[in-house]
Amino acid sequence: MDFEEHAAKPLLAAAGIAIPRGQTATTPEQAAKAAGSLGPVVVKAQVPTGKRGKAGGIKPAVDPAEAQEAARDILGMTIGEHTVERVLVEEQADISRELYAAVLNDTASKGPLVLFSTLGGMDIEEAAAHDADAVRRLIVDIRQGFDSAGATAVLEGLDLGDVQDAVADVLVRLYDVWRSRDAELVEINPLAITADGGVVALDCKFTLDDLSKARQEDITGAGVPDKLTDLEARGRELGLTYIELDGEIGILANGAGLTMTTMDAVRHYGGNPANFLEIGGQSYTLATPALDLVLSNPKVKTLVVNFCGAFARTDVMTEGVVSAWEELKPDIPVFFSIHGTGSKEAVPIVRERLKMEPFPTMDEAVQAAIEAAK
Amino acid sequence: MSDLSGMIVRAPDRMLVQGITGRQGSFWAERMQEYGAKVVGGVNPKRAGEEFLGLPVFESAVAAAKETEIDVAVMFIPPMAAKAAALDAIEAGVRLLVVLTEHIPTQDVMYFMAAAKDSNTRIMGPNTAGLVTPGETFVGIMPAWEEGICRPGRVGVVSRSGSLGTLACLNLVQAGLGQSTVLGLGGDPILGTTTIEALQALEEDPGTDAVVLVGEIGGTAEEDASEFIATMSKPVVAFIAGGASPAGRKMGHAGAIVMGNKGTYQSKRSALEKAGAVVLDMPSQMGEAMRAAMAS
Repeated sequence: MDFEEHAAKPLLAAAGIAIPRGQTATTPEQAAKAAGSLGPVVVKAQVPTGKRGKAGGIKPAVDPAEAQEAARDILGMTIGEHTVERVLVEEQADISRELYAAVLNDTASKGPLVLFSTLGGMDIEEAAAHDADAVRRLIVDIRQGFDSAGATAVLEGLDLGDVQDAVADVLVRLYDVWRSRDAELVEINPLAITADGGVVALDCKFTLDDLSKARQEDITGAGVPDKLTDLEARGRELGLTYIELDGEIGILANGAGLTMTTMDAVRHYGGNPANFLEIGGQSYTLATPALDLVLSNPKVKTLVVNFCGAFARTDVMTEGVVSAWEELKPDIPVFFSIHGTGSKEAVPIVRERLKMEPFPTMDEAVQAAIEAAK
Repeated sequence: MSDLSGMIVRAPDRMLVQGITGRQGSFWAERMQEYGAKVVGGVNPKRAGEEFLGLPVFESAVAAAKETEIDVAVMFIPPMAAKAAALDAIEAGVRLLVVLTEHIPTQDVMYFMAAAKDSNTRIMGPNTAGLVTPGETFVGIMPAWEEGICRPGRVGVVSRSGSLGTLACLNLVQAGLGQSTVLGLGGDPILGTTTIEALQALEEDPGTDAVVLVGEIGGTAEEDASEFIATMSKPVVAFIAGGASPAGRKMGHAGAIVMGNKGTYQSKRSALEKAGAVVLDMPSQMGEAMRAAMAS
């Protein structure tokens, strides 16, 4: 879950990292009012994506009138795929130098990675391409944590002068944010050194590990909710991963891998999948609401039910789907393929109650469904 | 870290089931016992000292290890309790820890991965369906006893997905082939045992003549393995799931997501093909492709 700048920065502040004073605004008038109490400001579009500056979403303003005009320009503009509905009005900083700092999840080392660069303000990949030595990387043992000794090691040999210790302190605090807030990524770019020797986070990107939401409930409300269709939102409420697609072949399968493969098979044989929906894993007992969900998509013309049971028992899933079918009485054709755990019990359920024969392979079931949808 | 051959389960392996008294733990522990796996006990701190499925229940894996020899521990443990259970098994000194649990907070996974690195424990998963060596033993949540799916043979199967690994096994058996061993790696982005390590283990395994690699979109595991595949003496037949999946969406597995140009179907397919692997359009082509690969 991504956090916009205005929601991410308070997490830094709570950890003792300095941020500029600022206020959010959803109208030009609010922006003007905020500028009135802040002096010269920067008006910044609040969208969960980078490159806001290049898109014209960040403008300086010396007084409330300019702030109002800047907000009028920025509010409603489209950056990436996001419409700007809010700006952050923030006091201007007197910047003497821009740095980069981040802590993120590194799949290669299976642990946290601290990144630091003196080439702040740039995209970090650009900075690395520009000067590989300018990007410092430190793999951290999560059991040991990251302290001032680690930070000093990261900064060693960089000419940071008087602010060396203050920057090291920010790195340690940034790691604390990553650790205590279950971040996937927390990034400050730029981390500014101000003319008076302060170290201030001028921007912040924060991504919460989706798997840790349950223990970060006090901040999840501040994140950007996933963009979901109505059906996808209904799926999530049921605890099902449902992704709505444009095709005509509905899919009900167990396990993420098999469900993706069923979609691949539909595409391979010339059809288009209408959805991703896996009812394997812990959710395999939810066959009834799952079927209801797939059939609620009006684009669905035929349905493939593809089970290959491992953990998920096909007899339990089939019983659920067949019962749901009897209850909902859908008027579209359905094509089964059933193998794996519990299939000896599952196949007779389909045969006896729906008077049809499961196909011997996924491929045949998918091809029949595509043919019937024509 | 244990040596690579340790990831293959064998008939003599003594197994401990963490969370044995739960609904899933007990169902699968019984299946394992029926198959002939040497399950030596279970863990549930609230029921320590009791007997369950004819087995002793211990307070912890560490306590169990004091009473009995354990080679493999398997976790039927909910996500928020997984870190403690994994650390317990690592401290108990098991050779292999099979983490079935899905949705474990990422930093908890990092924590027990770091602990495992300094130990002799190899981790499979998280979010794996387990391991099967047909005719010998199995651990986890795979339908090992289904004769149409798992049968002794000489093809090693490596899969990130349980359901798709099962389908691959089914396709092999339908073609008259069997498996030397089935290695479930798991659907998470951070895994204890990666694709390349599994392939290295199978390359060294004298019981394996050829390998089926079942991958999926997201991450770079297949790309990372391709250089090694090019050096393998045994043929590799691969299928990558997710070619028809939209980018930027998590396809059920936390690891199955295409970000920008990373983790795409095409990138994986071309890396594998360049390395000399046969990449299939459909899993149903597996039997024929494998027969051809093994004959040449």
